Amino acid sequence: MKPTDTADPDYFHKVVDCQWACPAHTPVPDYIRLIAQGRFTDAYMVNRRSNVFPGILGRVCDRPCEPACRRGRVEDEPVAICRLKRVAADHKDEVADKLPRAPIAQNGKKIALIGAGPASLTVANDLAPLGYDCTVFEALEKPGGLMISNIPSFRLPERVLDEEIGYILDMGVKLKTGHRIDSLKALLDEGYDAVFVGSGAPKGKELNLPGRQEADANIHIGISWLESVAFDHVKSIGKRVLIIGVGNTAMDCCRTSLRLGADEVKVMARKPREFFKASPWELEDAEEENVEIVVNHSPKAFVIEDGKLVGMTFEIMEYDTDERGRITDTRVVGEKTIPCDDVILAIGQENAFPWIERDLGIEFDKWDVPVVDETTFESTRKGVFFGGDSAFGPKNIIWAVEHGHQAAISIDKHCQGLDVSERLPRGLNLETAKMGHNEWAYSNGYDPSQRRQMTHVELAKRFKDLDTEVELGFDPQQTAVEVERCLNCDVQTVFTASACTECDACIDICPVNCLTITPNGEEADLRQRLSAPADNLDQDLFVSEDLPNTGRVMVKDEDLCLHCGLCAERCPTAAWDMALSEIFLPHADDEAAERARRRAAE
Amino acid sequence: MTSIVKPRIDKHLRRNQLGLTVRDYEGVMSTLCAGCGHDSVTAAFVQAFHEMNLEPHRAAKVSGIGCSSKTTAYFLGQSSGINSVHGRMPSVATGAAAVNPDLYYIGVSGDGDSLSIGIGQFAHAIRRNLNMLYCIENNGVYGLTKGQFSASADIGTKAKYGEVNEQPPIDPVLLALSLGATFVARGFSGDKKQLVPLMKAALAHKGFALIDIVSPCVTFNDHKGSTKSYAHTYEYYHPVIHADFVPEEAEITAEYQDGGAITVPMHHGGNVTLRKLGRDYDPRDRDQAFHLLRTREGSEVLTGLLYIDETKPDMGDMNRLPDEPLNVMDYSKLCPGSAKLAEVMKGYS
Repeated sequence: MKPTDTADPDYFHKVVDCQWACPAHTPVPDYIRLIAQGRFTDAYMVNRRSNVFPGILGRVCDRPCEPACRRGRVEDEPVAICRLKRVAADHKDEVADKLPRAPIAQNGKKIALIGAGPASLTVANDLAPLGYDCTVFEALEKPGGLMISNIPSFRLPERVLDEEIGYILDMGVKLKTGHRIDSLKALLDEGYDAVFVGSGAPKGKELNLPGRQEADANIHIGISWLESVAFDHVKSIGKRVLIIGVGNTAMDCCRTSLRLGADEVKVMARKPREFFKASPWELEDAEEENVEIVVNHSPKAFVIEDGKLVGMTFEIMEYDTDERGRITDTRVVGEKTIPCDDVILAIGQENAFPWIERDLGIEFDKWDVPVVDETTFESTRKGVFFGGDSAFGPKNIIWAVEHGHQAAISIDKHCQGLDVSERLPRGLNLETAKMGHNEWAYSNGYDPSQRRQMTHVELAKRFKDLDTEVELGFDPQQTAVEVERCLNCDVQTVFTASACTECDACIDICPVNCLTITPNGEEADLRQRLSAPADNLDQDLFVSEDLPNTGRVMVKDEDLCLHCGLCAERCPTAAWDMALSEIFLPHADDEAAERARRRAAE
Repeated sequence: MTSIVKPRIDKHLRRNQLGLTVRDYEGVMSTLCAGCGHDSVTAAFVQAFHEMNLEPHRAAKVSGIGCSSKTTAYFLGQSSGINSVHGRMPSVATGAAAVNPDLYYIGVSGDGDSLSIGIGQFAHAIRRNLNMLYCIENNGVYGLTKGQFSASADIGTKAKYGEVNEQPPIDPVLLALSLGATFVARGFSGDKKQLVPLMKAALAHKGFALIDIVSPCVTFNDHKGSTKSYAHTYEYYHPVIHADFVPEEAEITAEYQDGGAITVPMHHGGNVTLRKLGRDYDPRDRDQAFHLLRTREGSEVLTGLLYIDETKPDMGDMNRLPDEPLNVMDYSKLCPGSAKLAEVMKGYS
């Protein structure tokens, strides 16, 4: 293999699995260290820079970081990253004075943002401090998008939303609630310099089975129903409720039903558990509330008696799977009718753009979804940008935030008359973490503690109203243990081949056998002859330059490295060093600052 | 030494026939200097025992005084050991082996402990063919007393602060050969691919097995001008013959059959196969071993299993000692009583 190019920012970024997996690339180990030092406000600000809504995401993020967490490979459970994010948000001091503000003089550019969800709010958050005049149009009475309409307040209290959305509105962003945009053409005619569409994927999928029309009064579309509950239009539901579908919306529907008077709630799944779309922790939380999850039941018909819904008929399914767990054959082996008073359909949602005229130069594809550039988020019409669920279909809040950041860069460039596709590259800064003899600027010891479990409000107390937050947040003891579980993957192992004497000290001390000195070879071959076979192909091999004494190479399998620094402590020549990496991921303000620097240089 | 103990994470590690990972064969945290060759030798012991599927308590570790002698604490934490008096480890090993021949005796010594203060003990342990693996972690200096030349320092080698050694070195391999040792090898701490199989073969050998291991002192003897530095050893490193221990149940594969590999059946079962590396050399021939060592070119560090003789009786056989350890021997057999004593005494009257 060729020597690894560690100057490429992506190499060390990828080693920080959580940050790499996070769509907004939140520097997780960095803020966990700040929490460990009790610097909650600083931890919050580090978070906010990349994900804008730490308090919200600390409760309801989809957490792509956690399945990626190295700790989950080293032992079984990842670091409770999401919970720690909430610790920062819960315990921070006043941050208003630390937030960017709009400049006294604006730059005269007007931006319209459609939908007050996380994508639009992020665009406004990035652009308002640069002097842009941002107006957010929201059809509902309150801002937040799905964060307010679809996520129940027992998971995400409204005060948290108000606070974090407030920080953005306080930058001088104009918010027009109850203002549905019915025509993009009309909006464009108002002379905005750019339009950002962040209207989400607001259309819940329908299930057209026999009886659907007759029983309409007791059949609800999940996301619309949750919205009606959030805005107090719906205050009760029948005793026996069936939820169709097992995504995260289904989990919110079943738990909300319990708080509106239902006492027998079943979630009906067509497939076995391993095919569920809901996050494992959301499934667990629902099951803790005695929601029954019924597998292998495929909806067949709604059962009507005297014009009223009394039950639903399901086909009982059987599946054959191959060795990889993929379904190879499906059979119907029976039929069953389950009595119920209400049915909630939570089988997915899609984009809908009836309000975008098709002659505006915005191209739609064969699924009637606008064609959007994956880097610039620009549609085929200059100056019209998409982000969040309205860009590439339903994802989650953290993806919407990242879309917002990227779209903000494009909008800024568009308004300045620059090429939107010419963007600042990512960067990397490495700084040694060595403080003295075997002393490091981070806690390098390995704490074998297990993941801390979130404490929940007692079952008896939580169903009294809709707003009792179920999760209590980590207490100081839980926090103190959990922060030490983080392996500090951003403190990188940096190798200088010319200094290596090939004494084997690092190889002997490595607790996870991730180092080897060996003759070089092709990757597939190398992977087999390391100290421990490198069988996780998702993780890179680091290969050094040729070593001075024998011409062999140092190979490191990035898979299980604990970042404990023992290689560097054992290295007599400091050929191994632990260095704190900072990945530079440009936002709109970085682009603007770079422009200013260049202007000043000229 | 390191600031923290090596974390114990072993769910990914290969388990041997006993269901143990290499981590089960480790000892306490090393307090040696970072980069010390001795720590690599320690790691080689751990690996050899693991690969041989020996229970970690089946060893008895004995040592004298010196950096090398500290290392017995760093491997096989579940076995017993004695860190004895300077240069007197062979006596302790002799006593222990006499009363309990059931354990694998591992002596770890240094060039000071074996070639200066303990050279007499070392010589006599060889002479009586004590059944043990005797490793000399050889770095050419007294590291524990700040880097004076030891008896194995080569002529012309430079000390850290500039003195040049003029006294001829004692080569433990030549010494052992001339004293009639039955297993004589040289290794290098930086090459576990050679060292681990050597250790396994030595453990399978019945009798005195010497492995002289070039194990650089990173603090006092790893500079330019030293003939026992990592750089110097790598430059002049010359494996002559590669020994592999092949356990009884495993087949001797074709890899060994070509190129005229030599197979030596071992007393404790299994075979040692010897693969020639470049030179025509038979390690069963003592004269050839002498010749090879006396005619080495320049600074060549000749390594490998240089001499092996499986036919000689060990100390236990020569002295007709019981195979059964005294600690499990029936008391009536161990102490036959006053009537038997009287009978024995009658023989002298």
